[in-house]
Amino acid sequence: MAQEKFDAIVVGAGPSGNTAAYTLAKAGLKVLQIERGEYPGSKNVQGAILYADALERVIPDFRDDAPLERHVIEQRVWVLDDNSFVGTHYRSDDYNKPPYNRYTIIRAQFDKWFSSKVREAGALLICETTVEELLMDGQRCIGVRCDRQGGEVYADVVILADGVNSTLARKAGFHGELDAGNVALAVKEILFMPEEVIQARFNIKEEEGVVIELMGTVTEGMVGTGFLYTNKDSLTIGVGCMLGDFKNNPKRSTPYGLLEKLKKHPSIAPLIEGGEMKEYAAHLIPEGGFHAVPQVYGDGWMIVGDSGGFVNAVHREGSNLAMTTGRLAAETVIAAKAAGQPLSARTLRAYKQALDASFVMKDLHKYRDMPQVLHTSPQFFTTYPQLVTGAAKKMFTVDGVDKKTKEREIFGSFRAARRISGLVGDAFKLWRAFR
Amino acid sequence: MMAINVEEKLFQNRYKVDHGRPHIQIKNADVCKNDCQAQSCTYVCPASCYKAEGNRAVTLITDGCLECGSCRVICSEHANVAWEYPRGGHGILFKFG
Repeated sequence: MAQEKFDAIVVGAGPSGNTAAYTLAKAGLKVLQIERGEYPGSKNVQGAILYADALERVIPDFRDDAPLERHVIEQRVWVLDDNSFVGTHYRSDDYNKPPYNRYTIIRAQFDKWFSSKVREAGALLICETTVEELLMDGQRCIGVRCDRQGGEVYADVVILADGVNSTLARKAGFHGELDAGNVALAVKEILFMPEEVIQARFNIKEEEGVVIELMGTVTEGMVGTGFLYTNKDSLTIGVGCMLGDFKNNPKRSTPYGLLEKLKKHPSIAPLIEGGEMKEYAAHLIPEGGFHAVPQVYGDGWMIVGDSGGFVNAVHREGSNLAMTTGRLAAETVIAAKAAGQPLSARTLRAYKQALDASFVMKDLHKYRDMPQVLHTSPQFFTTYPQLVTGAAKKMFTVDGVDKKTKEREIFGSFRAARRISGLVGDAFKLWRAFR
Repeated sequence: MMAINVEEKLFQNRYKVDHGRPHIQIKNADVCKNDCQAQSCTYVCPASCYKAEGNRAVTLITDGCLECGSCRVICSEHANVAWEYPRGGHGILFKFG
């Protein structure tokens, strides 16, 4: 790593870093990408669902060789209590017509593939190298220091795609520590089983996939959700809750304890039975939304992906925001270079303007109050699931009680749990946060 | 709730441990012992790296760390966790992620 100067250094080789490095290299810029893992993907964790659109905009023919597991044809949302669930399923044959809209993926494989495209485009990738800090000249970022001998490298701009912990921006004082109320801690396992078994259990054909999003008593009143995704010959099952809720949970439950409880749920256990567990992972997800997005550009630096908190928690979208922010950051640099402008905060402000004009900030803005509403309303995650499953049980159990009486009892159960004012208030809160 | 052995889960993972160079350290063990009532790291850490000892001490072994960052974020009152990523190439090596 001699005294070579690059147009751009990209720290991290996840979806945002890869998209940024790819876009920059394609435009002919001299790009160095630094990844701390053994290979791109070896430090990265996601559910994982890939939304085609954001990737298609940079690699239109990605379907030709990207390692994709199954295209999703059915989305289920299950509300659980301890031994039952009420669910909605949406399945459409329209999702079976190419080009497919979303896929399940395995990140270690996908990121490795994406990285091969970045290198083909001409970027220089260095793995097994951790960036320790940014090199600053006053307010201006001029490069990075890596944990290698002589590991100082210089560039006109450093793009921070270093993930949710955002270590480098924090050390440089660009923003403060994460708030436990703004991040979710999720744990997951991957369970292997034959393709045919998955297809029979989920009523799907080869290459077709199902995703199940779960909420309810499994999170013990904490704000959080679970998920179960079908890969080609494995299932991914996980659960995540707000980190502050984990910390303050009087039961002092462990994340892996919740995961075990979810796996043993009578509605889940038959779906995963016999799966061979081959990996256990944990990850933080930035869910603070609009109000938690920090300053994302300055003199010689830009922040993309999870490092900037770009996650739409309501819609479970993150990697598409990561790719989009990576692309917009790169396009900002390319345009500035072409115009011969210095990569100062003044120039890079165009990145924030592009974000504001895109779905990224528009969606985060639309749901700007949602984190606050959900995080202060645990009833949505325990009380209502229990009321809903209880109501379903009452209505569907034939026991000689007339339906009018059942209706009264169900309404009574809602009123007893939340009172009329609470019910109206909850509806209003949700309406305001969603509108 | 049944006792869950997280070690069995971690056993499935691939690690390259940087022996003798833990990437996370408790800054001052006395703070955990004397000033921290909750010791929430001992149950929030998804790899159970932090253990509550009988004498109210908290010990940390980072070998099974999943590098999520939770311990640093929840230690907001005492800021007693010195947290870095492992040296390049070390730590958890996800096969699937």
